[in-house]
Amino acid sequence: MDDFLIRALIAGGGIALLAGPLGSFVVWRRMAYFGDTLAHSALLGVTLGFLLGVNPMVGVMAVCVALALALVALQRRRTLAADTLLGILSHGSLSLGLVALAFLETLRVDLMAYLFGDILSVTDGDLMAIYGGGAVALTGLALLWRRLLAVTVDEDLARVEGMPVDALRLAFMLLIALVIAIAMKIVGILLITSLLIIPAAAARRFARTPEGMAALASVLGVVAVIAGLLASLNWDLPGGPSVVVAAAALFLLGSLVPLRR
Amino acid sequence: MSIPHPNRDTSALFAGPLAWTEDLTVRFGRRTVLDRVNVAVQPGEVVTLIGPNGAGKTTLVRAVLGLVAPDGGRVLRRPNLRIGYMPQKLSVDQTLPLTVRRFLALWRPVTADRVEAALEEAGVARLADSAVQTISGGEMQRVLLARALLGDPDLLVLDEPDQAVDVHGQAELFHRIAQVRQRRGCGVLLVSHDLHTVMARTDRVVCLNGHVCCSGRPEDVSRHPEYHALFGGHAGDLAVYVHHHDHAHAEDGKVVPDHDGGCCHG
Repeated sequence: MDDFLIRALIAGGGIALLAGPLGSFVVWRRMAYFGDTLAHSALLGVTLGFLLGVNPMVGVMAVCVALALALVALQRRRTLAADTLLGILSHGSLSLGLVALAFLETLRVDLMAYLFGDILSVTDGDLMAIYGGGAVALTGLALLWRRLLAVTVDEDLARVEGMPVDALRLAFMLLIALVIAIAMKIVGILLITSLLIIPAAAARRFARTPEGMAALASVLGVVAVIAGLLASLNWDLPGGPSVVVAAAALFLLGSLVPLRR
Repeated sequence: MSIPHPNRDTSALFAGPLAWTEDLTVRFGRRTVLDRVNVAVQPGEVVTLIGPNGAGKTTLVRAVLGLVAPDGGRVLRRPNLRIGYMPQKLSVDQTLPLTVRRFLALWRPVTADRVEAALEEAGVARLADSAVQTISGGEMQRVLLARALLGDPDLLVLDEPDQAVDVHGQAELFHRIAQVRQRRGCGVLLVSHDLHTVMARTDRVVCLNGHVCCSGRPEDVSRHPEYHALFGGHAGDLAVYVHHHDHAHAEDGKVVPDHDGGCCHG
């Protein structure tokens, strides 16, 4: 096998493993559109990173957190529905990122790579970011697992039990931001959410516990990565979109399997 | 405080109430929902909040739970008070695969044996492996009771289920709660939408309509003029019912309190 394909498999597989449990939470908490909004803002983070001379991943994290906090503040006002606010922030920040990028005349950025990913040009640094950042994210998620589930089931109950609900919500947003920052280069900001939610959604029918769903989502994600990359190689298709198409195909196949309950 | 305290506090290690409010005031926007409300729950006591729709019953409970911040006055609790909260209803998203057993283990680290015991005490052991989305409203109430019991509560707080649970399920739930109180000696703070089932099972009634209209033992409250102003013609029936409840005359099931009854001013 070619070296770039092996790297792509290792990178995509790592992201799929990470996306399983986090994506399950995104599905349980009905935060698919929120994840999408954060991902769209990532381009602005990349641009700011270049402008300020810091690592783009740091810029992405910073913008994601700022956006999450802005959203919380706007939701408190209760004048507009959450999906309207998300739509404004999502497309506003994506367009702001594109506009800011245009100002950076001296910088040549492969815009298509950021939007749709470039899984076939993974570097050693990318792999380290994926597995290092992924280990941090999974450890954090494991530590918060029970309490995050409790908050997902009922925030009032969690509060009465003395759980730091707002801190837990913020921690979860940070985890999503981290995943976006490390997955952006591989699948692209427009497709990240699909890798979070499609495998988790496909796993739902076959799971009886939260952990089972998370694990199965990881497995399905890895299968989608392998299938998508092989298809991409065979028929010369774009890598990221091929993986997402494979995931969607798995979801459709799964929803056709009859279940006995 | 203006609330008379019944002398029922016998088993407590500390004197004084479990939780109480001092001139609690809560506003939503420009509307004052609670106006200088003083309520206390003593150890082992069942306190029932009654009042018309929009009287602030749920808001008062949420303030005691710490879910609503006071705009004036204070909510006080005994130090390290353990509260077991039973919300009116709970629906878990369909996407989350969760059995009853697992649901009970989410809120604190507990052993499987304790989960089993709590399910037994609430009378829902047979539901342990059911998905939480598949059980009925009445069953969920008892699962929520089991959940509350797992925290060894000093105070049970519940917003009574109304239409979601049938009359029989309701009676069964109250029976369980009465048992729990007797066995464990915990206090109970209860929001009631159905005067009829509750009056006989409560130590003290607080009649609320933004402010405390009147409070005291059920038989005293039912003779109170403000109570009559609130609940109109039905109050008489209820007073008779309460008066006779020692003799177990529970066949009078046709009393329907007027929840949207008139207002009173204090």
